[in-house]
Amino acid sequence: MAKSLLAPLAAATVVLFAIALVLIAQAPPESTMGLVQKIFYFHLPSWLGMYSAIFTCGVASILVLAKGSAVADRFAVAGAELAVLFGANGLVTGPLWARKAWGVWWTWEVRLVSALLLWLVFVAYLIVRRYAGPGSDKLAAAVALFGTAVSPFVYISVNFWRTMHPKTTVLPTLPTSMGVPMLFSCLAFMALFGTLLAIRVRLAERETALDALYLAYED
Amino acid sequence: MFLRAALLVLRKDFAIERKSLEILVTTLFFAVSCVLVFSFGLVKEGKAPTDAAAAILWIAVAFAGTLALGRTFERERYGDTIRALLMAPVPRPALYVGKLLGVVLLLFATEAILVPLIAILFAAPLLARPLLFLAVLVSGSVGFAAVGTLFAAMLMRTRSRDVLLPILLYPITIPVIICGVRGTAALMASPADEAMAAVWLSILIALDVVFVTIALWTFETLMVD
Amino acid sequence: MSFDFDSVQLIDVSRHFGRRRALSHVSLSARAGDIVGLLGPNGAGKSTLIGILSTLASPSSGEVRYGDRGRAASGALRQRIGLLAHELFLYPELSARQNLTFFAEIHGLRADEVVAPALERAGLTDRADDAVSGFSRGMRQRLALERALLHEPRLVLLDEPFTGLDDRAVGIVSDRLRALAARGAIVIAATHDLDLAEGLMSRIAIVRGGRLLADEAAGAGLRGRYRAAMGSTWSA
Repeated sequence: MAKSLLAPLAAATVVLFAIALVLIAQAPPESTMGLVQKIFYFHLPSWLGMYSAIFTCGVASILVLAKGSAVADRFAVAGAELAVLFGANGLVTGPLWARKAWGVWWTWEVRLVSALLLWLVFVAYLIVRRYAGPGSDKLAAAVALFGTAVSPFVYISVNFWRTMHPKTTVLPTLPTSMGVPMLFSCLAFMALFGTLLAIRVRLAERETALDALYLAYED
Repeated sequence: MFLRAALLVLRKDFAIERKSLEILVTTLFFAVSCVLVFSFGLVKEGKAPTDAAAAILWIAVAFAGTLALGRTFERERYGDTIRALLMAPVPRPALYVGKLLGVVLLLFATEAILVPLIAILFAAPLLARPLLFLAVLVSGSVGFAAVGTLFAAMLMRTRSRDVLLPILLYPITIPVIICGVRGTAALMASPADEAMAAVWLSILIALDVVFVTIALWTFETLMVD
Repeated sequence: MSFDFDSVQLIDVSRHFGRRRALSHVSLSARAGDIVGLLGPNGAGKSTLIGILSTLASPSSGEVRYGDRGRAASGALRQRIGLLAHELFLYPELSARQNLTFFAEIHGLRADEVVAPALERAGLTDRADDAVSGFSRGMRQRLALERALLHEPRLVLLDEPFTGLDDRAVGIVSDRLRALAARGAIVIAATHDLDLAEGLMSRIAIVRGGRLLADEAAGAGLRGRYRAAMGSTWSA
């Protein structure tokens, strides 16, 4: 299944990125920040990608634990890797943007803290898969399950924690001239997410098939 | 049968611990050392910051708890007795509950020492609102122990289990720590912010329910190949 | 809630970890009264087989049947299985009596009825209240065996039960196993010890590289048959 979707997804990604990049280049620069503001067009969609990946990994992990499904396991691994990838992108672009916009590299704001913690959970997922030996697929699935279940609580608790302090606005309402490039950027990133997911799942499928061939050969 | 099995496991762990008190004594000592290290690090001009007390309490509990978890399950690994437990005709989640109760009681014993110690060292009014504080302490400890017991159990047959436990445990229990610290700090403020503490307490209780539910559901799958 | 069976079957069972095969299409059956020896070199898959029979591990493919029931993660099934592995499943800090009492109670038995006889069978009545950490290997083995048999299981699974035992202890354990089989238990024991297997087992199953090479009655000429099955190379 992943195979047949791969080509159209990849094509869509390339097209959408091309459109998005043109639009971003043409978008009016923000008055105080200049060119650096345009990092935001890559920053927000990165988080979108991370949360989509986390959702994928979370649902797949439930299936791994409930049914022992090998297919679900492939999606879980792919989702976790993409969560770490897109999250890393967000964590790098964020401070680069914030330094210019707010004057600080980091702030203990609810969205940032929640995102960072979730990212750490999925880094932990990958560490477990790599180092825990046999049975690590189920262990990692438990980590993903707990991580996803806890994320609303992280958001709530950090939100309450910070409401006692002055808030900085993260998402100002965007004028249309910036809204359209943002939309295309988001679509492009989602298409990229889909493409990478398909590639990774297909890679996992091939690995399982290879293992099966080894086993069959020995028989 | 479920509760009975859990209590049998707890009683057995008590019997073992009673012989040497090894885990209890070393956990207490470690927790106290933690607090002292933090104190030395934070004391400025001969005074310790009062606000730090809440954070230090929960961090010491988390660190000491992680160590205690590892060693509690090391006991089941030594003679591979965990397999004998899994072979018993009792529901597997009962084993989890038995272990959880033991860990929670150990945390309570640790806190019984830490709370007065921190209150004295930091001149912090930890017990200003004793009932609410106790509720926060109990629900936070249960939340931390709930995740910790499951992870420590599932890592028992894994290589690198000692370092993997904190890596897995800390990101997921951070909301527990946040709520515990903020709840404790709210109760220590003057005047004590009971409304806010109640909010933190409710989040903690919700977390406890979520964690224990997921743990009960996944324990068997994770322990059997 | 009680459930019993008089035969156990492995039907085309395989178990793999990634691309490493632990067991390959093993079919084996045993009936009440059998003492089956699982023979084979290290890494042959004997422990994996025992793990699957005990319900603690699942096969990657194939089926396990207990009587006419399939494998299900149920307490009733586990009540009829006794497992003893190399690690012995004893708490070293507790005394012999405390170990037996705990396991008796967790198996739903009345400790005051079963612990004292078990201690006697293990020959440990006078050391009953000493911590197990002070016991010799042979004493621990006898205690561990009685612990595994407290609930009078139908299927007795033993992984290397004779390792490190002196002759006298070996004799005691063998007698115990014969008595069990005579009363209708199914005994399956993995072992290296060919001489022992020859004397004790009614059937042998030779395992190598995850495969079942032979499944036949024990008896004379066992050593020769085993050597022939193993071939002359080191490879497992």
